[in-house]
Amino acid sequence: MTQILQLLTNPLVYLLVALVAILTFIALNGLILVYVERKVAGFVQRRPGPYEVGPHGLLQPVADALKLVGKQLVMPRGADRILYWAAPLLSFAPVAVCLLPIPFGPNLAGLDVNLGLLLVLAFSGLNVLALCLAGWGSNSKYALLGAARAVAQSVAYEIPLLLSVLSVAFISGSLNFAEITASQTRGLLSWNVFSQPLAFFIFFVSALAETNRAPFDLPEAESELTAGFHTEYSGMGFGLFFLAEYSYMIVVSAVASVLFLGGWSGPFLSGPWWMLGKIYALILAMMWFRWTYPRVRFDQLLNICWKWLIPLSLINLLGTAFMINLVR
Amino acid sequence: MTTIQKTLKGLWSLIVGLKVTGKEFCRPWITVHYPRQEVSNLDSYRGHIDLVPFPEDPRKPLCIVCRRCEEVCPSGCIRIEGHVPGEEKENPARRLLLISDVPLPGSAAREPVCSADKTLRVLDGFSLNYNLCSLCGLCVQSCPVSSLTFSGDVYLAGRSRKDFEYDLLQRLRMRADSANLREAV
Repeated sequence: MTQILQLLTNPLVYLLVALVAILTFIALNGLILVYVERKVAGFVQRRPGPYEVGPHGLLQPVADALKLVGKQLVMPRGADRILYWAAPLLSFAPVAVCLLPIPFGPNLAGLDVNLGLLLVLAFSGLNVLALCLAGWGSNSKYALLGAARAVAQSVAYEIPLLLSVLSVAFISGSLNFAEITASQTRGLLSWNVFSQPLAFFIFFVSALAETNRAPFDLPEAESELTAGFHTEYSGMGFGLFFLAEYSYMIVVSAVASVLFLGGWSGPFLSGPWWMLGKIYALILAMMWFRWTYPRVRFDQLLNICWKWLIPLSLINLLGTAFMINLVR
Repeated sequence: MTTIQKTLKGLWSLIVGLKVTGKEFCRPWITVHYPRQEVSNLDSYRGHIDLVPFPEDPRKPLCIVCRRCEEVCPSGCIRIEGHVPGEEKENPARRLLLISDVPLPGSAAREPVCSADKTLRVLDGFSLNYNLCSLCGLCVQSCPVSSLTFSGDVYLAGRSRKDFEYDLLQRLRMRADSANLREAV
Protein backbone atom coordinates (compact mmCIF):
# COMPACT_ATOMS: atom_id res chain seq x y z
CA MET A 1 0.00 0.00 0.00
CA THR A 2 2.71 2.43 0.99
CA GLN A 3 4.58 1.49 -2.16
CA ILE A 4 1.56 2.44 -4.26
CA LEU A 5 1.24 5.72 -2.42
CA GLN A 6 4.92 6.38 -3.00
CA LEU A 7 4.40 5.69 -6.67
CA LEU A 8 1.80 8.43 -6.68
CA THR A 9 4.40 11.00 -5.68
CA ASN A 10 5.91 10.55 -9.11
CA PRO A 11 4.33 13.47 -11.04
CA LEU A 12 3.90 11.45 -14.22
CA VAL A 13 2.09 8.61 -12.44
CA TYR A 14 -0.02 11.14 -10.55
CA LEU A 15 -0.99 12.85 -13.80
CA LEU A 16 -1.91 9.54 -15.43
CA VAL A 17 -4.04 8.50 -12.46
CA ALA A 18 -5.73 11.92 -12.49
CA LEU A 19 -6.44 11.62 -16.22
CA VAL A 20 -7.94 8.16 -15.81
CA ALA A 21 -10.06 9.38 -12.89
CA ILE A 22 -11.24 12.38 -14.91
CA LEU A 23 -12.14 10.27 -17.94
CA THR A 24 -14.07 7.88 -15.71
CA PHE A 25 -15.84 10.82 -14.14
CA ILE A 26 -16.66 12.22 -17.59
CA ALA A 27 -18.12 8.94 -18.81
CA LEU A 28 -20.18 8.43 -15.65
CA ASN A 29 -21.26 12.04 -15.74
CA GLY A 30 -22.42 11.61 -19.34
CA LEU A 31 -24.64 8.71 -18.32
CA ILE A 32 -26.05 10.57 -15.34
CA LEU A 33 -26.67 13.84 -17.16
CA VAL A 34 -28.47 12.14 -20.06
CA TYR A 35 -30.84 10.62 -17.54
CA VAL A 36 -31.22 13.78 -15.47
CA GLU A 37 -31.80 15.97 -18.50
CA ARG A 38 -34.55 13.74 -19.82
CA LYS A 39 -36.13 13.49 -16.39
CA VAL A 40 -36.03 17.28 -15.95
CA ALA A 41 -37.54 17.73 -19.39
CA GLY A 42 -40.26 15.25 -18.51
CA PHE A 43 -41.08 16.75 -15.14
CA VAL A 44 -41.23 20.29 -16.52
CA GLN A 45 -43.70 19.01 -19.12
CA ARG A 46 -45.66 17.03 -16.49
CA ARG A 47 -44.72 13.59 -17.83
CA PRO A 48 -42.52 10.86 -16.31
CA GLY A 49 -39.61 10.98 -18.77
CA PRO A 50 -37.74 7.69 -19.45
CA TYR A 51 -39.56 5.03 -17.47
CA GLU A 52 -39.42 1.68 -19.22
CA VAL A 53 -35.78 0.49 -19.09
CA GLY A 54 -34.95 -0.51 -15.54
CA PRO A 55 -36.64 0.87 -12.43
CA HIS A 56 -37.82 4.41 -13.21
CA GLY A 57 -35.87 4.24 -16.47
CA LEU A 58 -32.53 4.21 -14.65
CA LEU A 59 -30.92 1.99 -17.27
CA GLN A 60 -32.09 4.14 -20.17
CA PRO A 61 -28.73 5.95 -20.63
CA VAL A 62 -26.95 2.58 -20.65
CA ALA A 63 -29.29 1.38 -23.40
CA ASP A 64 -28.70 4.64 -25.29
CA ALA A 65 -24.94 4.29 -24.96
CA LEU A 66 -25.04 0.69 -26.20
CA LYS A 67 -27.15 1.77 -29.15
CA LEU A 68 -24.68 4.52 -30.04
CA VAL A 69 -21.70 2.19 -29.75
CA GLY A 70 -23.41 -0.43 -31.89
CA LYS A 71 -24.33 1.88 -34.72
CA GLN A 72 -22.55 1.92 -38.04
CA LEU A 73 -20.24 4.87 -38.68
CA VAL A 74 -21.31 6.54 -41.89
CA MET A 75 -19.54 9.27 -43.80
CA PRO A 76 -21.44 11.28 -46.40
CA ARG A 77 -20.26 11.29 -50.00
CA GLY A 78 -17.88 14.15 -50.74
CA ALA A 79 -16.98 14.67 -47.09
CA ASP A 80 -13.40 15.39 -46.11
CA ARG A 81 -12.28 12.10 -44.58
CA ILE A 82 -9.61 13.48 -42.25
CA LEU A 83 -11.47 16.56 -41.03
CA TYR A 84 -14.71 14.64 -40.69
CA TRP A 85 -13.26 12.04 -38.33
CA ALA A 86 -10.87 14.43 -36.57
CA ALA A 87 -13.67 16.76 -35.49
CA PRO A 88 -15.40 14.59 -32.85
CA LEU A 89 -12.03 13.59 -31.37
CA LEU A 90 -10.91 17.22 -31.29
CA SER A 91 -14.15 18.16 -29.61
CA PHE A 92 -13.83 15.55 -26.89
CA ALA A 93 -10.08 15.37 -26.22
CA PRO A 94 -9.56 18.83 -24.64
CA VAL A 95 -12.19 18.14 -21.97
CA ALA A 96 -9.81 15.97 -19.97
CA VAL A 97 -7.22 18.75 -19.95
CA CYS A 98 -9.86 21.32 -18.97
CA LEU A 99 -10.75 19.35 -15.84
CA LEU A 100 -7.12 18.68 -14.83
CA PRO A 101 -6.35 21.96 -13.03
CA ILE A 102 -9.69 22.23 -11.24
CA PRO A 103 -9.36 21.64 -7.47
CA PHE A 104 -12.02 19.29 -6.07
CA GLY A 105 -10.60 19.61 -2.58
CA PRO A 106 -7.87 21.42 -0.67
CA ASN A 107 -5.21 19.14 -2.17
CA LEU A 108 -7.21 17.38 -4.82
CA ALA A 109 -6.38 18.64 -8.27
CA GLY A 110 -5.01 16.75 -11.24
CA LEU A 111 -2.48 19.43 -12.06
CA ASP A 112 -1.63 22.39 -9.85
CA VAL A 113 -0.48 25.04 -12.31
CA ASN A 114 -0.11 28.77 -11.93
CA LEU A 115 -2.08 29.54 -15.03
CA GLY A 116 -4.91 27.03 -14.54
CA LEU A 117 -7.58 29.50 -15.58
CA LEU A 118 -5.73 30.33 -18.77
CA LEU A 119 -5.25 26.62 -19.49
CA VAL A 120 -8.98 25.94 -19.23
CA LEU A 121 -9.94 28.94 -21.35
CA ALA A 122 -7.38 28.06 -24.02
CA PHE A 123 -8.32 24.39 -24.27
CA SER A 124 -12.08 24.97 -24.18
CA GLY A 125 -11.53 27.32 -27.12
CA LEU A 126 -10.54 24.26 -29.16
CA ASN A 127 -14.15 23.07 -29.12
CA VAL A 128 -15.29 25.71 -31.57
CA LEU A 129 -12.56 24.63 -33.97
CA ALA A 130 -13.93 21.09 -33.75
CA LEU A 131 -17.46 22.29 -34.48
CA CYS A 132 -16.16 24.32 -37.41
CA LEU A 133 -14.28 21.34 -38.84
CA ALA A 134 -17.29 19.06 -38.34
CA GLY A 135 -19.51 21.47 -40.22
CA TRP A 136 -17.01 22.06 -42.99
CA GLY A 137 -15.94 18.44 -43.37
CA SER A 138 -19.48 17.05 -43.54
CA ASN A 139 -20.26 18.40 -47.02
CA SER A 140 -23.77 19.23 -45.87
CA LYS A 141 -25.57 22.54 -45.93
CA TYR A 142 -27.12 22.08 -42.49
CA ALA A 143 -23.78 21.23 -40.96
CA LEU A 144 -22.10 24.19 -42.66
CA LEU A 145 -24.76 26.62 -41.45
CA GLY A 146 -24.46 25.19 -37.95
CA ALA A 147 -20.68 25.58 -38.05
CA ALA A 148 -20.95 29.19 -39.24
CA ARG A 149 -23.28 29.93 -36.37
CA ALA A 150 -21.04 28.15 -33.88
CA VAL A 151 -18.02 30.20 -34.91
CA ALA A 152 -19.82 33.56 -34.83
CA GLN A 153 -21.37 32.71 -31.48
CA SER A 154 -18.23 31.45 -29.81
CA VAL A 155 -16.09 34.35 -31.03
CA ALA A 156 -18.67 36.82 -29.76
CA TYR A 157 -19.26 35.24 -26.36
CA GLU A 158 -15.65 34.46 -25.53
CA ILE A 159 -15.05 38.20 -25.05
CA PRO A 160 -17.55 38.82 -22.21
CA LEU A 161 -16.56 35.46 -20.73
CA LEU A 162 -12.89 36.47 -20.57
CA LEU A 163 -13.68 39.97 -19.30
CA SER A 164 -15.85 38.64 -16.47
CA VAL A 165 -13.20 36.08 -15.57
CA LEU A 166 -10.58 38.84 -15.58
CA SER A 167 -12.41 40.86 -12.96
CA VAL A 168 -12.29 37.85 -10.64
CA ALA A 169 -8.62 37.42 -11.41
CA PHE A 170 -8.10 41.09 -10.51
CA ILE A 171 -9.72 40.58 -7.12
CA SER A 172 -7.84 37.44 -6.16
CA GLY A 173 -4.68 38.52 -7.96
CA SER A 174 -4.06 35.07 -9.37
CA LEU A 175 -4.91 32.75 -12.25
CA ASN A 176 -4.35 29.70 -10.06
CA PHE A 177 -7.58 27.91 -9.20
CA ALA A 178 -6.30 26.81 -5.79
CA GLU A 179 -5.45 30.38 -4.81
CA ILE A 180 -8.73 31.75 -6.13
CA THR A 181 -10.56 29.16 -4.03
CA ALA A 182 -8.39 29.86 -1.00
CA SER A 183 -9.38 33.54 -1.13
CA GLN A 184 -13.05 32.55 -0.74
CA THR A 185 -12.82 30.18 2.21
CA ARG A 186 -13.71 32.77 4.87
CA GLY A 187 -17.42 32.06 5.01
CA LEU A 188 -20.28 32.51 2.63
CA LEU A 189 -19.88 36.25 2.17
CA SER A 190 -16.32 35.90 0.95
CA TRP A 191 -17.57 34.17 -2.20
CA ASN A 192 -16.85 36.20 -5.29
CA VAL A 193 -20.47 36.02 -6.41
CA PHE A 194 -21.29 38.61 -3.75
CA SER A 195 -18.52 41.02 -4.71
CA GLN A 196 -18.95 40.40 -8.44
CA PRO A 197 -22.63 39.58 -9.08
CA LEU A 198 -22.60 41.17 -12.52
CA ALA A 199 -19.50 39.22 -13.51
CA PHE A 200 -21.16 35.99 -12.36
CA PHE A 201 -24.27 36.77 -14.39
CA ILE A 202 -22.25 37.59 -17.50
CA PHE A 203 -20.05 34.53 -17.01
CA PHE A 204 -23.04 32.24 -16.68
CA VAL A 205 -24.83 33.63 -19.73
CA SER A 206 -21.65 33.44 -21.80
CA ALA A 207 -21.02 29.94 -20.53
CA LEU A 208 -24.47 28.89 -21.72
CA ALA A 209 -23.61 30.30 -25.13
CA GLU A 210 -20.14 28.73 -25.17
CA THR A 211 -21.52 25.29 -24.39
CA ASN A 212 -24.23 25.72 -27.05
CA ARG A 213 -26.95 25.18 -24.49
CA ALA A 214 -30.47 26.50 -24.92
CA PRO A 215 -31.48 29.29 -25.31
CA PHE A 216 -28.25 29.73 -27.27
CA ASP A 217 -28.26 26.36 -29.05
CA LEU A 218 -28.30 27.83 -32.53
CA PRO A 219 -25.43 25.71 -33.90
CA GLU A 220 -27.52 22.57 -33.45
CA ALA A 221 -30.99 24.12 -33.63
CA GLU A 222 -32.91 20.93 -34.37
CA SER A 223 -36.04 22.68 -35.59
CA GLU A 224 -34.16 24.69 -38.22
CA LEU A 225 -30.95 22.85 -39.02
CA THR A 226 -31.89 19.20 -38.33
CA ALA A 227 -28.95 18.86 -35.93
CA GLY A 228 -26.58 21.60 -37.08
CA PHE A 229 -22.91 20.69 -37.17
CA HIS A 230 -23.45 17.05 -36.19
CA THR A 231 -26.24 16.36 -38.68
CA GLU A 232 -24.18 13.81 -40.63
CA TYR A 233 -22.62 12.01 -37.68
CA SER A 234 -23.88 8.63 -36.58
CA GLY A 235 -22.93 6.23 -33.81
CA MET A 236 -20.00 7.22 -31.68
CA GLY A 237 -19.11 10.17 -33.94
CA PHE A 238 -22.27 11.75 -32.66
CA GLY A 239 -21.72 10.13 -29.27
CA LEU A 240 -18.42 11.95 -28.79
CA PHE A 241 -19.98 15.33 -29.59
CA PHE A 242 -22.74 14.51 -27.18
CA LEU A 243 -20.33 13.47 -24.45
CA ALA A 244 -18.25 16.57 -25.12
CA GLU A 245 -21.27 18.83 -24.72
CA TYR A 246 -22.12 17.36 -21.33
CA SER A 247 -18.47 17.44 -20.28
CA TYR A 248 -18.17 21.11 -21.21
CA MET A 249 -21.19 21.73 -19.03
CA ILE A 250 -19.19 20.18 -16.20
CA VAL A 251 -16.15 22.29 -17.08
CA VAL A 252 -17.97 25.63 -17.15
CA SER A 253 -19.93 24.77 -14.01
CA ALA A 254 -16.74 23.75 -12.23
CA VAL A 255 -14.99 26.95 -13.32
CA ALA A 256 -18.00 29.00 -12.27
CA SER A 257 -18.11 27.37 -8.85
CA VAL A 258 -14.37 27.87 -8.34
CA LEU A 259 -14.40 31.48 -9.51
CA PHE A 260 -17.63 32.67 -7.95
CA LEU A 261 -19.06 30.13 -5.51
CA GLY A 262 -16.08 29.31 -3.34
CA GLY A 263 -15.10 26.02 -5.02
CA TRP A 264 -14.65 23.22 -2.50
CA SER A 265 -15.17 25.43 0.54
CA GLY A 266 -18.15 24.81 2.75
CA PRO A 267 -19.03 23.63 6.24
CA PHE A 268 -19.58 20.08 7.59
CA LEU A 269 -18.87 18.09 4.44
CA SER A 270 -15.48 17.57 2.86
CA GLY A 271 -14.34 19.50 -0.23
CA PRO A 272 -15.25 17.17 -3.09
CA TRP A 273 -18.88 16.91 -1.95
CA TRP A 274 -19.29 20.67 -1.86
CA MET A 275 -17.60 21.02 -5.24
CA LEU A 276 -19.79 18.35 -6.84
CA GLY A 277 -22.88 19.81 -5.21
CA LYS A 278 -22.16 23.26 -6.60
CA ILE A 279 -21.34 21.89 -10.04
CA TYR A 280 -24.54 19.88 -10.27
CA ALA A 281 -26.64 22.73 -8.89
CA LEU A 282 -25.37 24.93 -11.72
CA ILE A 283 -25.99 22.18 -14.26
CA LEU A 284 -29.54 21.73 -13.00
CA ALA A 285 -30.03 25.47 -13.45
CA MET A 286 -28.76 25.14 -17.03
CA MET A 287 -31.25 22.34 -17.66
CA TRP A 288 -34.00 24.39 -16.08
CA PHE A 289 -33.15 27.23 -18.47
CA ARG A 290 -33.14 24.86 -21.42
CA TRP A 291 -36.66 23.66 -20.79
CA THR A 292 -37.96 27.15 -20.05
CA TYR A 293 -36.62 29.50 -22.68
CA PRO A 294 -37.20 29.47 -26.42
CA ARG A 295 -34.17 29.71 -28.67
CA VAL A 296 -33.03 33.26 -29.44
CA ARG A 297 -32.79 34.44 -33.02
CA PHE A 298 -29.34 34.91 -34.46
CA ASP A 299 -29.46 38.73 -34.51
CA GLN A 300 -30.79 38.70 -30.95
CA LEU A 301 -27.95 36.41 -29.94
CA LEU A 302 -25.29 38.78 -31.26
CA ASN A 303 -27.15 41.87 -30.03
CA ILE A 304 -27.24 40.50 -26.47
CA CYS A 305 -23.51 39.98 -26.66
CA TRP A 306 -22.26 43.12 -28.41
CA LYS A 307 -24.80 45.61 -27.06
CA TRP A 308 -25.14 44.40 -23.49
CA LEU A 309 -22.71 41.80 -22.24
CA ILE A 310 -19.47 43.24 -23.63
CA PRO A 311 -20.09 46.87 -22.56
CA LEU A 312 -21.37 45.72 -19.17
CA SER A 313 -18.41 43.44 -18.58
CA LEU A 314 -16.01 46.21 -19.66
CA ILE A 315 -17.62 48.64 -17.21
CA ASN A 316 -17.51 45.97 -14.52
CA LEU A 317 -13.84 45.30 -15.22
CA LEU A 318 -12.91 49.00 -15.14
CA GLY A 319 -14.93 49.50 -11.96
CA THR A 320 -13.20 46.52 -10.35
CA ALA A 321 -9.77 47.81 -11.35
CA PHE A 322 -10.63 51.26 -9.98
CA MET A 323 -11.90 49.88 -6.69
CA ILE A 324 -8.84 47.68 -6.25
CA ASN A 325 -6.55 50.66 -6.79
CA LEU A 326 -8.63 52.68 -4.35
CA VAL A 327 -8.41 50.00 -1.66
CA ARG A 328 -4.66 49.67 -2.06
CA MET B 1 -33.96 55.17 -20.69
CA THR B 2 -36.70 53.19 -22.35
CA THR B 3 -34.16 50.66 -23.61
CA ILE B 4 -32.98 50.00 -20.08
CA GLN B 5 -36.54 49.77 -18.84
CA LYS B 6 -37.37 47.36 -21.63
CA THR B 7 -34.34 45.23 -20.82
CA LEU B 8 -35.17 45.13 -17.12
CA LYS B 9 -38.71 44.13 -18.01
CA GLY B 10 -37.33 41.41 -20.28
CA LEU B 11 -35.07 40.12 -17.51
CA TRP B 12 -38.02 40.04 -15.13
CA SER B 13 -40.02 38.06 -17.69
CA LEU B 14 -37.19 35.49 -17.73
CA ILE B 15 -37.60 35.05 -13.99
CA VAL B 16 -41.36 34.72 -14.39
CA GLY B 17 -40.74 32.00 -17.00
CA LEU B 18 -38.48 30.13 -14.60
CA LYS B 19 -41.17 30.37 -11.94
CA VAL B 20 -43.72 28.83 -14.31
CA THR B 21 -41.57 25.84 -15.27
CA GLY B 22 -40.35 25.46 -11.71
CA LYS B 23 -43.91 25.21 -10.47
CA GLU B 24 -44.85 22.71 -13.18
CA PHE B 25 -41.74 20.68 -12.31
CA CYS B 26 -43.04 20.11 -8.78
CA ARG B 27 -46.57 19.14 -9.79
CA PRO B 28 -47.60 15.53 -10.51
CA TRP B 29 -47.64 13.97 -13.98
CA ILE B 30 -50.68 14.42 -16.13
CA THR B 31 -49.83 11.66 -18.57
CA VAL B 32 -50.97 8.07 -18.24
CA HIS B 33 -48.80 4.96 -18.45
CA TYR B 34 -50.74 3.49 -21.29
CA PRO B 35 -50.39 -0.27 -21.20
CA ARG B 36 -50.74 -0.27 -17.41
CA GLN B 37 -53.30 2.49 -17.07
CA GLU B 38 -55.99 3.78 -19.38
CA VAL B 39 -57.71 7.14 -19.55
CA SER B 40 -61.28 7.40 -18.31
CA ASN B 41 -62.53 10.47 -20.19
CA LEU B 42 -63.40 8.82 -23.49
CA ASP B 43 -67.02 10.04 -23.60
CA SER B 44 -66.11 13.00 -25.74
CA TYR B 45 -63.79 11.01 -27.99
CA ARG B 46 -64.92 10.93 -31.61
CA GLY B 47 -63.53 7.78 -33.17
CA HIS B 48 -64.79 5.96 -36.25
CA ILE B 49 -68.55 5.76 -36.74
CA ASP B 50 -70.76 3.02 -35.36
CA LEU B 51 -74.37 2.01 -35.96
CA VAL B 52 -76.98 2.74 -33.31
CA PRO B 53 -79.47 -0.10 -32.65
CA PHE B 54 -83.10 0.02 -31.64
CA PRO B 55 -83.33 0.26 -27.87
CA GLU B 56 -85.54 -2.82 -27.76
CA ASP B 57 -83.52 -4.88 -30.23
CA PRO B 58 -79.79 -4.32 -29.93
CA ARG B 59 -79.15 -6.48 -33.00
CA LYS B 60 -81.21 -4.29 -35.35
CA PRO B 61 -79.86 -0.91 -36.50
CA LEU B 62 -82.00 2.21 -36.75
CA CYS B 63 -80.69 2.69 -40.29
CA ILE B 64 -83.37 3.13 -43.00
CA VAL B 65 -80.89 2.72 -45.88
CA CYS B 66 -81.44 6.24 -47.15
CA ARG B 67 -77.80 6.44 -48.18
CA ARG B 68 -77.37 10.04 -47.15
CA CYS B 69 -74.15 9.18 -45.34
CA GLU B 70 -72.83 7.37 -48.39
CA GLU B 71 -73.63 10.40 -50.52
CA VAL B 72 -72.33 13.04 -48.19
CA CYS B 73 -69.07 11.34 -47.27
CA PRO B 74 -66.26 13.40 -48.84
CA SER B 75 -63.83 10.49 -48.62
CA GLY B 76 -66.23 7.94 -50.06
CA CYS B 77 -65.45 5.48 -47.31
CA ILE B 78 -69.00 4.23 -46.68
CA ARG B 79 -70.63 1.44 -48.69
CA ILE B 80 -74.21 0.43 -47.89
CA GLU B 81 -76.10 -2.62 -49.03
CA GLY B 82 -79.79 -3.03 -48.45
CA HIS B 83 -82.93 -4.51 -49.92
CA VAL B 84 -86.69 -4.03 -49.87
CA PRO B 85 -88.46 -6.97 -48.25
CA GLY B 86 -89.94 -9.18 -50.96
CA GLU B 87 -87.42 -8.10 -53.55
CA GLU B 88 -84.31 -10.15 -53.88
CA LYS B 89 -81.98 -7.37 -54.93
CA GLU B 90 -82.29 -3.66 -54.49
CA ASN B 91 -83.80 -1.96 -57.53
CA PRO B 92 -81.73 1.12 -58.35
CA ALA B 93 -84.83 2.87 -59.65
CA ARG B 94 -86.54 2.48 -56.31
CA ARG B 95 -83.66 3.73 -54.27
CA LEU B 96 -84.70 5.94 -51.45
CA LEU B 97 -83.22 9.33 -52.16
CA LEU B 98 -83.63 11.77 -49.35
CA ILE B 99 -80.88 14.12 -50.51
CA SER B 100 -82.08 17.71 -50.94
CA ASP B 101 -83.03 19.28 -54.26
CA VAL B 102 -79.63 20.87 -54.60
CA PRO B 103 -77.26 18.01 -55.22
CA LEU B 104 -73.84 18.07 -53.64
CA PRO B 105 -70.92 18.36 -56.05
CA GLY B 106 -70.28 14.93 -57.44
CA SER B 107 -73.44 13.58 -55.88
CA ALA B 108 -75.41 10.92 -57.64
CA ALA B 109 -78.70 12.27 -56.28
CA ARG B 110 -80.17 14.08 -59.19
CA GLU B 111 -83.72 12.92 -58.72
CA PRO B 112 -86.08 15.13 -56.74
CA VAL B 113 -86.96 14.04 -53.25
CA CYS B 114 -89.45 11.24 -53.14
CA SER B 115 -90.89 11.74 -49.70
CA ALA B 116 -94.00 9.67 -50.29
CA ASP B 117 -91.94 6.51 -50.62
CA LYS B 118 -92.33 4.84 -47.28
CA THR B 119 -91.04 1.46 -48.30
CA LEU B 120 -89.16 -0.24 -45.52
CA ARG B 121 -85.65 -1.19 -46.38
CA VAL B 122 -83.46 -3.66 -44.61
CA LEU B 123 -79.77 -3.02 -44.09
CA ASP B 124 -77.64 -5.90 -45.35
CA GLY B 125 -74.22 -4.45 -44.93
CA PHE B 126 -72.59 -1.23 -43.81
CA SER B 127 -68.92 -1.25 -44.66
CA LEU B 128 -66.64 1.51 -43.48
CA ASN B 129 -63.16 1.92 -44.85
CA TYR B 130 -61.57 3.70 -41.90
CA ASN B 131 -58.29 4.12 -43.80
CA LEU B 132 -59.95 6.77 -45.95
CA CYS B 133 -62.13 8.37 -43.28
CA SER B 134 -61.19 11.92 -42.33
CA LEU B 135 -63.43 11.95 -39.24
CA CYS B 136 -65.40 14.96 -40.49
CA GLY B 137 -68.64 13.65 -38.99
CA LEU B 138 -70.84 14.70 -41.90
CA CYS B 139 -72.41 11.24 -41.99
CA VAL B 140 -73.41 11.48 -38.34
CA GLN B 141 -74.83 14.96 -38.89
CA SER B 142 -76.81 14.03 -41.97
CA CYS B 143 -78.35 10.82 -40.67
CA PRO B 144 -82.13 11.52 -40.45
CA VAL B 145 -82.76 8.79 -37.89
CA SER B 146 -79.63 9.24 -35.78
CA SER B 147 -78.48 5.78 -36.64
CA LEU B 148 -74.82 6.79 -36.65
CA THR B 149 -72.67 7.73 -33.71
CA PHE B 150 -68.97 8.08 -32.98
CA SER B 151 -67.41 5.12 -31.27
CA GLY B 152 -65.00 5.49 -28.40
CA ASP B 153 -62.51 3.15 -30.02
CA VAL B 154 -59.12 4.70 -29.20
CA TYR B 155 -56.83 1.74 -28.98
CA LEU B 156 -56.56 0.94 -32.64
CA ALA B 157 -53.60 -0.94 -33.93
CA GLY B 158 -53.30 -3.26 -36.86
CA ARG B 159 -50.84 -5.00 -39.10
CA SER B 160 -52.51 -4.26 -42.42
CA ARG B 161 -54.98 -1.90 -44.05
CA LYS B 162 -57.52 -4.72 -44.05
CA ASP B 163 -57.71 -4.41 -40.26
CA PHE B 164 -59.38 -1.03 -40.62
CA GLU B 165 -62.07 -2.02 -43.11
CA TYR B 166 -65.02 -2.57 -40.82
CA ASP B 167 -68.42 -4.13 -41.37
CA LEU B 168 -70.42 -1.96 -38.98
CA LEU B 169 -73.50 -4.20 -39.10
CA GLN B 170 -71.43 -7.16 -38.00
CA ARG B 171 -69.81 -5.04 -35.30
CA LEU B 172 -73.27 -4.09 -34.04
CA ARG B 173 -74.35 -7.70 -33.87
CA MET B 174 -71.16 -8.77 -32.16
CA ARG B 175 -71.60 -6.00 -29.64
CA ALA B 176 -75.15 -7.11 -28.95
CA ASP B 177 -74.07 -10.74 -28.59
CA SER B 178 -71.27 -9.96 -26.19
CA ALA B 179 -73.63 -7.74 -24.15
CA ASN B 180 -76.07 -10.67 -24.00
CA LEU B 181 -73.28 -12.96 -22.95
CA ARG B 182 -72.25 -10.54 -20.21
CA GLU B 183 -75.80 -10.34 -19.01
CA ALA B 184 -76.08 -14.13 -18.98
CA VAL B 185 -72.92 -14.42 -16.93
